[in-house]
Amino acid sequence: MKKITVAVLSLLLVFSLVLAACGGNGGNSGQSSTGSSSSSGSGSSSGGSQGGGSAEPTKLTLWTFQDQHKTYFEDALARWNELYPDKPIDLSIETYPNEDMHNKLLIALQSGVGAPDITDVNINFFHNYLKGDIQLLELNDIIEPELDKFITSRFDIYAKDGKYYGIDFHVGITVVYYNKEILDQAGVNADDIVTWNDYIEAGKKVVAATGVPMTAFEVTDQRPFWPLIVQRGGDYLDADGNVALDSDINIEMLHVMKDMINEHGIAIPMPGGRTSSEEFFAFMNNGGIASLIMPSWYMSRFVDYMPDLAGKILVRPMPVWDSTDAKSVGIGGTGTAVTAQTKHPELAKEFLAHAKLSRESNIRIWEILKFDPIRWDVWDAPELMQADPYFNNEKIFEVFLQLKDDIRSPNMGILSSAAQDIVKNQVMFKVLQEQSETPEQALQAAANELRKQQ
Amino acid sequence: MANIKKLLYSDKLAPYLFVLPFVLCLLIFFLYPMISTFIMSFQEVISLNNTRFIGLKNYERLFDVHFYNALKTNTIYTIFVILTAIPIPLLIAVMLNSKLSRGKMFFRTIIFIPALTSVIVAGVPFRLMFGELDTAFINSIMNKMGLPSQQWMLNYWAGMMLMVMVHLWRTAGVNMVYYLAGLQSLPEELYESAEIDGAGGIQKFFYITLPLLKPILIYTLTVSIFEGYRMFGESYVFWNESMPNDIGLTIVRYIYQQAFQRNDLGFGSAIGIVLLLIVLAINMVQLKYFGLFRKERD
Repeated sequence: MKKITVAVLSLLLVFSLVLAACGGNGGNSGQSSTGSSSSSGSGSSSGGSQGGGSAEPTKLTLWTFQDQHKTYFEDALARWNELYPDKPIDLSIETYPNEDMHNKLLIALQSGVGAPDITDVNINFFHNYLKGDIQLLELNDIIEPELDKFITSRFDIYAKDGKYYGIDFHVGITVVYYNKEILDQAGVNADDIVTWNDYIEAGKKVVAATGVPMTAFEVTDQRPFWPLIVQRGGDYLDADGNVALDSDINIEMLHVMKDMINEHGIAIPMPGGRTSSEEFFAFMNNGGIASLIMPSWYMSRFVDYMPDLAGKILVRPMPVWDSTDAKSVGIGGTGTAVTAQTKHPELAKEFLAHAKLSRESNIRIWEILKFDPIRWDVWDAPELMQADPYFNNEKIFEVFLQLKDDIRSPNMGILSSAAQDIVKNQVMFKVLQEQSETPEQALQAAANELRKQQ
Repeated sequence: MANIKKLLYSDKLAPYLFVLPFVLCLLIFFLYPMISTFIMSFQEVISLNNTRFIGLKNYERLFDVHFYNALKTNTIYTIFVILTAIPIPLLIAVMLNSKLSRGKMFFRTIIFIPALTSVIVAGVPFRLMFGELDTAFINSIMNKMGLPSQQWMLNYWAGMMLMVMVHLWRTAGVNMVYYLAGLQSLPEELYESAEIDGAGGIQKFFYITLPLLKPILIYTLTVSIFEGYRMFGESYVFWNESMPNDIGLTIVRYIYQQAFQRNDLGFGSAIGIVLLLIVLAINMVQLKYFGLFRKERD
């Protein structure tokens, strides 16, 4: 009898060990959700005590790939629980590395288990989730009532067949960040730079006077190539989602970029390859280049990762080639979506509307994240019109308001992710870093490869 | 109750009972996924409940430059792994086995410790050391020696060297332990009689040590080939977001990219099946060549 019990118990033990080893994932997420609930504790506890114990907080999970976004959602949660003590939320916010989170999410949505209620999705990957049976909930009912107060092109990039699936944080207006200290040494005034030819001439002066390159181009990512072509009317895909990567405008602009490196000597391939690498943060922070062409959301990276540049950075509009060009281009983005696996779709959507669409929240998006909110009717709010000490004590939105009505967004379609991948990994690297292919060769090869997938 | 007891103690049933957990694990976690991967490789997987058969289309797509690049990188990597991760640990093992060397335990320990780390943990310090700024560890040494800074991770061959280095650093200890175990079981008499016949150290190594270690060498060679072709982590830690011009693109990373990043499980499965066939074929040839299928002769 005793031996039987021992045998059964040991078998059970073996099984549980096997299962524990194989199902490590489930245990993990359980742990992390208890871990992060403490971070949201401040908000939910205040809401709970004021509510007189009438409402039990609903547990929701949110995934993001940016720690800065987590900070923002914590703030939005605290405000929600204060505003709606009758329906408090206990939001557990989990941050994962960029690629990891998107792969994990894709598997969770594919297999039907384990997805969060609400999730951030990087625009680079967003259209992967709009293939086949869409596992994200349609958001038209919360977006449409307020659509007129928003820059609508920022919703179109997360839409398919007239249905919206994601809400962005920001417009991502592309601007030029100038290092004032370096420009002053070269006697260049940033306000005199209006056209790209001015920019190139100013660059030559900077290089001659200081030896510092005017700018750097990403070689394992896609900026400033993408904003530069979209500004002139080029793009990776056309409006119908067909491949347009090898258009004349694209080839011409890539030639211009290559010339800035080789012929004019004012640009270099970016150290670290991309603006999100540790190497580049250090390089930029040490005054490695005089200017950087990046979207407005990069302001938060300046503030967080390049403390030594405080007070020295000027934010100015993108130069233009001629009057037919758009004044600016909205690049990048994070669509926050509600997944089909949520057990509380209504509450999740309401919270998302609160966090991303309300006037108050759009002001907080600027205050916390330094993002240009997609709700333009807050752009002249006093909170946004404050001078910013990091950016030379200037009012950033005075610059943005000049551009507001002429911001182009890229075309998005089912091939978007593949197109961006190929530009990042093949075209930029081969043309600007290795210089092993001409712009024509690289863009045509990339376009042909994409057309095969169409 | 007596019946159950009888059942548990029966000679016929007990062995099956004891291997049952393993067999179940194999069936559920290996055989079932293998079969469904095989089936999926002929399908377009729209979602897991929505698939349709498309014949050999997934396999046709394998004839592209990226798969070729991945195969090339894997093959070169495997060759380098075989050329480093077998001779170097063997040399260390012979040195540590010698009666003349001191501090054996100390060196065995420090050479083995890296084996306990995961690839990612081991790779991160390498990635930081080989950063491309002048202030990164290796570049700062290069500069002191009067050499220019290198962009280690943006060059194919430098990148290959980094991956082989991380692999060697991690596996040298494990292979060393295998060889040490083999060396310690070699009969002392052979060496003594060789000495009487006037054999030197090098002759003893090539004519006694190497032939007697052959079974262990074949084992490590087989494992090295397999590890070379299934490599993922060594590349992932250096190029986790993008692989410029397919630097670091291995077959398994190609599977990962297509299946999980591009949401194309069917194509990913097809790559997986082809990888299985490649590794199987290479190992078969290698095992046949080294005579492992022949019957033991005395």
